[in-house]
Amino acid sequence: MGKLLAALASGIVFGIGMAVSGMTNTKRVQDFLDFFGAWDPTLAFVMGGGLLVTTLGYRFVLRNPAPLFAGSFSLPTKTDIDKSLLIGATLFGIGWGLVGYCPGPALAGLTYGYAPTLAFIPAMIAGLLLAQKIAPKI
Amino acid sequence: MHHFVLAAIGGGLVGVAAIMMMALNGRIAGVSGILSGVFTQGAGERLWRLLFVLGIVIGGALPPLLNADFKPPLPSAGVLLAVVGGLLVGLGTGLGSGCTSGHGICGIARLSKRSIIATLTFMTAGIITVTLLRLTTGG
Repeated sequence: MGKLLAALASGIVFGIGMAVSGMTNTKRVQDFLDFFGAWDPTLAFVMGGGLLVTTLGYRFVLRNPAPLFAGSFSLPTKTDIDKSLLIGATLFGIGWGLVGYCPGPALAGLTYGYAPTLAFIPAMIAGLLLAQKIAPKI
Repeated sequence: MHHFVLAAIGGGLVGVAAIMMMALNGRIAGVSGILSGVFTQGAGERLWRLLFVLGIVIGGALPPLLNADFKPPLPSAGVLLAVVGGLLVGLGTGLGSGCTSGHGICGIARLSKRSIIATLTFMTAGIITVTLLRLTTGG
């Protein structure tokens, strides 16, 4: 039960952060990526705020032997820079630039009722499922 | 409040969410990975993932209810472009094991080499895409 409530609470804080930060505004995201044009640095502050808090917080949290509601920390174990990582990150960047949405802000914007957002989310889920199918072949 | 300040506060809240997820459940708060697991993991791993995703939807709905300024304008992409972009974002984050939150925040906070390379890669691809998009559409 604790684990489920923790996930819900973390998601809510995450979603509030998305809406407050301006990440749900696709124009602002695209303006941030328009580095050689009308560059808007706002999202650098989102990244900066997020990294500052997370880097400091993780230092304290990961000193503990285990999280509160699980037996151990589940940290990623891969360390190699493989083809999947580079191809995946490139495709993600292209999609991000085309629409201005990455996964978190798209979900946070679901209730605004915009047709492009409602179209983006199921397509993104289809893409995630497709990745599961083709990942072993790369 | 200036939008730079709001951006830093919003980013800080994402950090708080990431710390909660790690301290309480021992997990990286990576949206693409958690969302993918809702559909691909076994029964015992599904519900917390679904609740995290639902939490993001609820959390995103709250600020605009308190202040209409938090409601963003309609995305400029049409529905067709949104579908293409959504497919690329899903496929790319699935193959690349993460998105802006998992690699860009949680991964870099752990000084993961994979996450630093992934973040530089998707930022570069995003910058090239927007530059070309605006050159071709004029928007």
